[in-house]
Amino acid sequence: MISRRVIITGLSTYWGGRLAQALEADPRFEAIIGIDKTPPKVELQRTEFVRVLDQHSLIRRLVEAAEIDTVIDTRMVVDSIVTAPRLAHENNVLGTMNILTACTGPDSPVRKVVFKSSAHLYGAHQDDPAFFTEVMDRPHPPRTALERDIVEAEGAVREFADRNPDTTVTVLRFTHGLGPDLRTSLTRLFGAPAVPAILGFDPRCQFVHADDIVGCLEHAVRNDLDGTFNCAADGVLTLSEVADLLGKRLAPILPPWGTGLAAGVLRRAGLQLSPELQNLMRFGRGLDNRKLKASGYRYRYTTRETVLKLREHQRLHPLLRGSTEAYRYEGEVEEFLRYSPSVRPATRHRGRRPTNLPPGEAGAGDDDADGGRATVTGARYEDLEAEEVVAVLPSLERRDLEDLRVHERERAGREPIVAAIDRILARQR
Amino acid sequence: MAPGRRTSLKTNLPAAPAHPRDLLPAVEPERRVDDWGRSERFEGLMDRTLYDFFYHLWFRCEVEGIENVPATGGALLVSNHSGALPPDGSMIAKAIKEEHSRSRPVYLTVEHFFKGYPGFSMLLPKIGGVSAHPANVHRLLCDEQQLVLVFPEGRKGTEKLYRDRYRLQRFGRGGFVAAAMRARVPIVPVALVGAEEAAPIFGHVPLLQRLTGLLYFPITPTFPHGGPLGMLAYLPAKFKIRFLPPVPTDEMADQGDEPWEDRGLVQTLAHQIRATIQEELLDMVSKRRSVWLG
Repeated sequence: MISRRVIITGLSTYWGGRLAQALEADPRFEAIIGIDKTPPKVELQRTEFVRVLDQHSLIRRLVEAAEIDTVIDTRMVVDSIVTAPRLAHENNVLGTMNILTACTGPDSPVRKVVFKSSAHLYGAHQDDPAFFTEVMDRPHPPRTALERDIVEAEGAVREFADRNPDTTVTVLRFTHGLGPDLRTSLTRLFGAPAVPAILGFDPRCQFVHADDIVGCLEHAVRNDLDGTFNCAADGVLTLSEVADLLGKRLAPILPPWGTGLAAGVLRRAGLQLSPELQNLMRFGRGLDNRKLKASGYRYRYTTRETVLKLREHQRLHPLLRGSTEAYRYEGEVEEFLRYSPSVRPATRHRGRRPTNLPPGEAGAGDDDADGGRATVTGARYEDLEAEEVVAVLPSLERRDLEDLRVHERERAGREPIVAAIDRILARQR
Repeated sequence: MAPGRRTSLKTNLPAAPAHPRDLLPAVEPERRVDDWGRSERFEGLMDRTLYDFFYHLWFRCEVEGIENVPATGGALLVSNHSGALPPDGSMIAKAIKEEHSRSRPVYLTVEHFFKGYPGFSMLLPKIGGVSAHPANVHRLLCDEQQLVLVFPEGRKGTEKLYRDRYRLQRFGRGGFVAAAMRARVPIVPVALVGAEEAAPIFGHVPLLQRLTGLLYFPITPTFPHGGPLGMLAYLPAKFKIRFLPPVPTDEMADQGDEPWEDRGLVQTLAHQIRATIQEELLDMVSKRRSVWLG
């Protein structure tokens, strides 16, 4: 199945925003709609933002009205320090159920659901395997609230998949992400002058670069991956290795017994360690990422390179701090830019490039698919013959056709083209 | 980062499913630690100091049948296990490193308990210890084609008293046979004489075991009165290691699909291997003239 009309739930999370930026560069996605409770935090070109709370009836109306074929759920909260437990539960369990409910029903247009989950599902225990594969269950039931929520949410997704065998359901279990723009309890931990550790333990840890998280999500949208996939970079490092790469010392300040109490003292000192992180600092965790690699995805960074990137960022951060302004979403401005007839079509989509995309991400999909649009909406459009324009019309997207129709009626005034556009639009309807 | 690694997101799906082996992470030459946590540096240090000393001078290890250890591909080494802080694992690994034509690394399977115990948790992976999880053994044997050493007796072997020496304990539930069958690698039985006398256990102190949270709290010639290092103070017994002819498992795997599910077959093979090692042990002990001089 080829996804054309997608909805991104959790647009205002880091992942939702980055994914929308990556997808909107590709004209094959006709409609990209993002929903969230708060406005997006990144600059978007053509993604339409709708503020929706977790009401499944509203989401369902959106899905049906826009004939959404792919739902990408990036809302999952995976850090129990950043979000309060009650809010996290609301979001992770009830939110997931609402979104799944909105996708069910015999006449639902949804054909694909991509769900961002977390490796917290596996937990970290003494009797874990060194590398979890997707089919393995955690050896003990979850004990922290966050892990319970994630297990419950994935259970709901699995149930949804069983009930809707025709829908492709992809569950991506991400290990801890690291990246320059990410603020998690882990980056805070690595930002400390020395990397805290539990005395007598040197756990194995595995990370995934933020670019790869977006890459994995995009890979799941572009390809049909049915089932569950671990997403973690190649290579598992020991914590001492990580500290080495960061150019820091390993500080075994936490005692092996009574770790929780000592973590409480540390919290007073300003360094928070979530219960999940404490388990991880004791037992560590590794994921087997070969299933996703077998599906064709190639990670851009290994775990080691991910840590080195973080180190580069840590060096640069004090110099760059405050130099870039945070993006603020202005509803009216975005509305004007997207829908006002006064905005020239050329500037509507192509005028601004997303500024906060890494070099590899910018235009990740538009090298071969963009040709048609560039010819028609480019500067030399007026020089084209009416027949030539009519010939390329079927390859255009709906919104481009509508733009072109407005342009043709108001400026060029070539009747055959307007009539041809009307015919195509009528057929699509 | 190498520019070549950055690939297009639109990579098409591969035509044929690749073998899981081909998708293993590439080795990064800059790293001195592998994905299991094995540290080249720390292991090298141990090898040059403690292992060298114990192998050549203290235990004066004598090795027979080293050619039975395959030079390529995975193989499961199965050995008897003994000693309060067992020296047998590291000595077998050292024997393969010293005597084998290709000095291959050996991964030792250890109890899950050690992953949760401070100190052990840090040190054991660095010298090649891997938790005895079936998935770990399978990945090492089948995907990474490594040598894995297992002690099917487990702690029943190490905690047994001096008077029970060279009497093999129960071989678990035969999980090691199933693992070898699944990975289609041969099983190499190993008989080792000397470790029983090097670290004999005369008794146990259950109360102290509970207080320390250890697997067992033994009384040995030097422990506990010699302090924690007393565990390392082995008696200078003469070690003899005999590698026995490998038992192939791949034609068994050809017989039917998933022979490792056949509990009868697995148990039978486990008993056979146990009997082979027991027989060999008794033979070696009967020919031995002195515990200390061999």
